[in-house]
Amino acid sequence: MTLIDATEKKRIRWRSRRGLLELDIVLERFLARGFDELDQDQLADYRRLLALDDNDFLDVVNGKADLDDPALMAIVRLLRAV
Amino acid sequence: MGVPVRRFDAVIVGGGGAGLRAALQLSEAGLKTAVLSKVFPTRSHTVAAQGGISASLGNVQEDHWQWHMYDTVKGSDWLGDQDAIEFMCRTAPDAVVELEHFGMPFDRLENGKIYQRPFGGHTQHNGKTPVQRACAAADRTGHAMLHTLYQRNVRANTQFFVEWMALDLIRDADGDVVGVTALEMETGDIYILHAKAVLFATGGAGRIYAASTNAFINTGDGLGMCVRAGLPLEDMEFWQFHPTGVAGAGVLITEGVRGEGGILLNANGERFMERYAPNLKDLAPRDFVSRSMELEVLEGRGCGPHKDHVLLKLDHLGPDIINQRLPGIREIAIKFAGVDPIKEPIPVIPTCHYMMGGIPTNYRGEVVAPQGDNPEARVNGFYAAGECACASVHGANRLGTNSLLDLVVFGKSAGDSMIKYIRDEMPTWKDLPADAADRSLARVARLDGQTNGEEVADVRAAMQRTVQSRAGVFRNGANLKLGVDEIAQVAERARLLQIKDKSKVFNTARVEALEVENLIEVAVATLVAAEARKESRGAHAHDDYPTRDDENWMKHSLYFGSDRSLRYKPVHTKPLSVDYIPPKERTF
Repeated sequence: MTLIDATEKKRIRWRSRRGLLELDIVLERFLARGFDELDQDQLADYRRLLALDDNDFLDVVNGKADLDDPALMAIVRLLRAV
Repeated sequence: MGVPVRRFDAVIVGGGGAGLRAALQLSEAGLKTAVLSKVFPTRSHTVAAQGGISASLGNVQEDHWQWHMYDTVKGSDWLGDQDAIEFMCRTAPDAVVELEHFGMPFDRLENGKIYQRPFGGHTQHNGKTPVQRACAAADRTGHAMLHTLYQRNVRANTQFFVEWMALDLIRDADGDVVGVTALEMETGDIYILHAKAVLFATGGAGRIYAASTNAFINTGDGLGMCVRAGLPLEDMEFWQFHPTGVAGAGVLITEGVRGEGGILLNANGERFMERYAPNLKDLAPRDFVSRSMELEVLEGRGCGPHKDHVLLKLDHLGPDIINQRLPGIREIAIKFAGVDPIKEPIPVIPTCHYMMGGIPTNYRGEVVAPQGDNPEARVNGFYAAGECACASVHGANRLGTNSLLDLVVFGKSAGDSMIKYIRDEMPTWKDLPADAADRSLARVARLDGQTNGEEVADVRAAMQRTVQSRAGVFRNGANLKLGVDEIAQVAERARLLQIKDKSKVFNTARVEALEVENLIEVAVATLVAAEARKESRGAHAHDDYPTRDDENWMKHSLYFGSDRSLRYKPVHTKPLSVDYIPPKERTF
């Protein structure tokens, strides 16, 4: 896995802009509070979460749905808590 | 000057429903077509549209496009252009069937036809009985539409420029549009995209309000670019609101909460709707509740440290009713308002949802502007569709499910017009003016060089507070006048925006500053147009002029940013093939 450097982190921040307001708000809070503490593996997992479609992503963040991947669910739990 | 140039037949700014539908038309016609989008296209705000797309298919109940047209004209409070409304409603069934053939997964009836659900404002026999006209893909209609159109575009070889932000429109000495400048976020480089025809499909600008349901990307970029390029904006005083959005967040609390017995309280703990609507109280019509809420705030009875919202109390219903009959509301309140509604009331405020005004176009998607005696001369090479455009089908208020319809009908229509223009009138590209990129380069250079300036977040917040408090759902002359002065001061501050991060690659601070420059243009247009309109029509409810005044005000406003002036042009009263629908009192 390539290193997630400062530039890639900025790209990830931009990709946290979504089509749904609810996600914008949750992800904005997360970027302000938890994002900078993520290690390389967690950053990669968060980046994978961002590939979800907005409606699926919101269902997961709202606790209406779960994901099979435990690593992704670890990040989801952080998002649910912000 | 060293700005790289890329050439396309057509350049489309915006990758939501309207942009994708237009791009598909162009690419399938074999034209070299580029779509620029700030975010990945399927993450455009179209994804937030849940309700459906209306068309008089008559699959569930008898229906005719003329009835749909009547409902739309009435919904627009007779400010909609009846040729454009006829075009949209008459084309709607074909547009929906076309989406079905593209593979959009509509909900179906047992007989295999597309299911249609009821939606407010849609009727049979010109207002007599409700009709089921909305076609939907569960509660993800916008999402399904975006994915369907995106995949078709990939197949048709549309070229996507994802994470690119258009900066300015390029017009030559004749005033014709010959391209746009754009920022590639990945590198921070600025490019010229040289085109035979340009379409704006940049969506709404709801972020001018402090309380908005719009995603953060809805910053009116296309409208800002038009103002800077000397083109007018139409009917910017008309914005649609929902009464109960979570204060400070914008996330909607369904009206079902008040249906189940939730009540609105002011800072004194008074159930103020008893005063405004002694019979219906909290269940009065949506716009009436919204105006009453805002009046409470304006008169100093708002809640919270800024006295800027009211409270929606439902703890008296008890946890069982809240959990059983209002699923999800508790979670929304906890997550977005930080309160548990079983114990505490939810802070709420009327919340901006949709922009009826925009870039003036005709039903062919051509951008039009006054020239000499002609109020609607075509701007050569320039097209607009979707929420950023004002065709005008929504007039003073939009009917639910007509927004998705607007996207596909006028996206396609604009695409067809562009194909014809490119083939008939543009055998080759017009020359780029020598200063094509100068304005954009100067804007970015000023931003990078600014010191002792204004912080982007501060200016944005000041703008949002001003627009919310002066041009919200409750409007009167004194308040609007104050708002015009206040927003002019905020606009002065916006000239001095500064950013700390001067890096080139994925500099989101720079992008956000450029977005605020666009929002400010929209905010000023909104205040100026609203202050001038001395009547109440649709979403523009003016307390000093509480009735509609067709004699003096059945006309579209046109705002010009260069001197912040207004002109007016007539509403189109001649439909394409049917009789004019004359104005009536709007009762429901």
